Amino acid sequence: MDEWKGSVMTAAIRYPHATGFVAGDRPKIVTSRFEHADSFTLERFLATGGYAGLRKALERAATDVHEEVKSATVLGRGGAGFPAGTKWGLTPQQVFPKYLVVNGDESEPGTYKDRLLMECDPHQLIEGCLIACYAAGLSQCFLYIRGEMALAQERVAVALNEAYAAGYVGKNILGSKFSVDIVLHWGAGAYVVGEETALIESLEGNRGMPRLKPPFFPAANGLYGQPTIVNNVETLANLPWLMVNGSEAYTAIGTKTSPGTRMVAVSGHVKNPGVFEIINGTTTFRDLIYGAEFCGGILNDNELKAFVPGGGSAPWFTADQLDLPFEASQVGPAGSMLGSGAIMVMDSTTDIPAAALTLTHFYAHESCGKCTPCREGGTWLERILTRIVNGTGTEADLQQIFEVGAMICPGDFPNASNEKLGLAAVPFPYKMTTICFVGPSAFAPLHSAITLFRSEFEARLVKRISIPVTAVSTPSAVLA
Amino acid sequence: MSRLNDANIKIALEIISHYPRPKSALIPLLHLAQEQNGYVTREAMVHLGELVGVTSAEVYGTASFYEMFRFEPVGKYLVNICGTMSCALMGAGDLMHHAEQKLGVKAGGTTADGMFTLAHAECQAACTEAPTLQVNYRFRYKVTNSDFDTLIDDLKSGRLSDEIPSHGVVARIRQRIPADRGVGAIAPELATENPAWMNGKAAL
Repeated sequence: MDEWKGSVMTAAIRYPHATGFVAGDRPKIVTSRFEHADSFTLERFLATGGYAGLRKALERAATDVHEEVKSATVLGRGGAGFPAGTKWGLTPQQVFPKYLVVNGDESEPGTYKDRLLMECDPHQLIEGCLIACYAAGLSQCFLYIRGEMALAQERVAVALNEAYAAGYVGKNILGSKFSVDIVLHWGAGAYVVGEETALIESLEGNRGMPRLKPPFFPAANGLYGQPTIVNNVETLANLPWLMVNGSEAYTAIGTKTSPGTRMVAVSGHVKNPGVFEIINGTTTFRDLIYGAEFCGGILNDNELKAFVPGGGSAPWFTADQLDLPFEASQVGPAGSMLGSGAIMVMDSTTDIPAAALTLTHFYAHESCGKCTPCREGGTWLERILTRIVNGTGTEADLQQIFEVGAMICPGDFPNASNEKLGLAAVPFPYKMTTICFVGPSAFAPLHSAITLFRSEFEARLVKRISIPVTAVSTPSAVLA
Repeated sequence: MSRLNDANIKIALEIISHYPRPKSALIPLLHLAQEQNGYVTREAMVHLGELVGVTSAEVYGTASFYEMFRFEPVGKYLVNICGTMSCALMGAGDLMHHAEQKLGVKAGGTTADGMFTLAHAECQAACTEAPTLQVNYRFRYKVTNSDFDTLIDDLKSGRLSDEIPSHGVVARIRQRIPADRGVGAIAPELATENPAWMNGKAAL
């Protein structure tokens, strides 16, 4: 067991710790240990109340723990925001075994919180996994980490080895009847695998293509056709605190519909970009972008042009939406989504068509190829937009973007209201012709960018030379 | 020759034992093959097929879906420069241009000495530290042109060989489940009733 104590660990310690994270004077549920340089070690974890939540959970009946999580309404932090306790309850009672798959395949543009949680506090995640397995009666846990996250894989592997040796994972945990294995699994680079059914396909050793649902959701028919719970890393990281402090303390933070805290990454044109643990439901976008304790305003004190409120897939907001709180029930009707907690800010110097192209390129590139509207449509959108950005696009190209978009998302596409342009909000979500959200995501940045900043696209189009009629020597009778 | 060697076969069997179905181990095993040879060889894919009980075509089918697997030799150091929105806003385009000049190859190319492969990458989950790059999946944050030059010089001189292993090695540490502590993989046919702790009583 000593093999991990050599140069590997020293290299891992030398690595910049929790880069990007800003602590601040706010309640901390998942980031309480980040301030310690050795937050990822078992020693530090145990010295700061580690595995106390697990012990508390095991001192109660599993159904009791499940009820506690249900009454705390721990919302899923991966993007959809479905309450974890309710999800656990969706598995059929008489089908065994059930599995837990932890979604650590974080790749949404702008998002990074799961990587920090895995790198800086792997034991907290392990404890969360164990509590979930205990409460929902899950027999084995697979912890799927994104392939490119080498340090997260190393830190979680070390943590698991330590936890096994100390009796926190495996057979008869803490000397109880509770036994469960946590298997570290890692991917190999595919954005779509963040979708839960694609994650399961990938874990079965297949190409990571999403499965059609309905009829079968993973809770009923997932890994190897068995009931499977797929939870996000941040969701599970909330559980140890919840077990120690109880659901009342949890719901006392944040709002009734969005209790607790959330990790949010704010990047792009801001003075102090960072990852923050914020109070759910009450913190506004203005606080996050302009607040002194958060990003402290726009870079070079420029004007805000637009921002992406919830990861690359989300329709864009402008200054009109700055006062919305971080609360799904308000952001949805306003025309976008909170997604995975990622804000990307664009200031007045931003070349909007080029910025939209980076996202459309991303989704076209990451399409798994299963659904035609996404595979073909995404690529078409990217090609058409590239033409426009390069100055060879025409008016017809601009029109065609919407025609292609309508084949991926028929009907009205969500957009934010805009006073200057006289736009009314179209609420989220959209209709879609694809299995998962990658297809619509390719269109989302483009739709927002063109709707809100059409003149910038038009300025790029090929100019037709207009010849004044009076200059043409044609008899006026013919012209009439 | 480029099938898995004996030491790696041992590791492969250990990895397979963690899963209820052998095919689930395929992606970790492909990483193991890439670790051994720097890229995934045809022979290795045949071998992995034998180990997990599928055809080599199925192995290739899975492997070719994922971006990290390479089927031809690449440079010792794979330099991935992120070009997605936050990095693009903070100057990733200029950085890529500089990198192409410095290394003398276009994105996607490998230098003549086989040291560096330069590639354009998608979001690497370090958006507040833009522009970022990864060398063999090790991060470099807020990279300026001179940072890039220093990095390349350090890699050439071997000063970073402790921190950055050669291409193919991602995590340098594996999970080991001790025989006396592990529960063992639970296949669907092995569990026919609720786990022992689901009896309405506290486990402790």
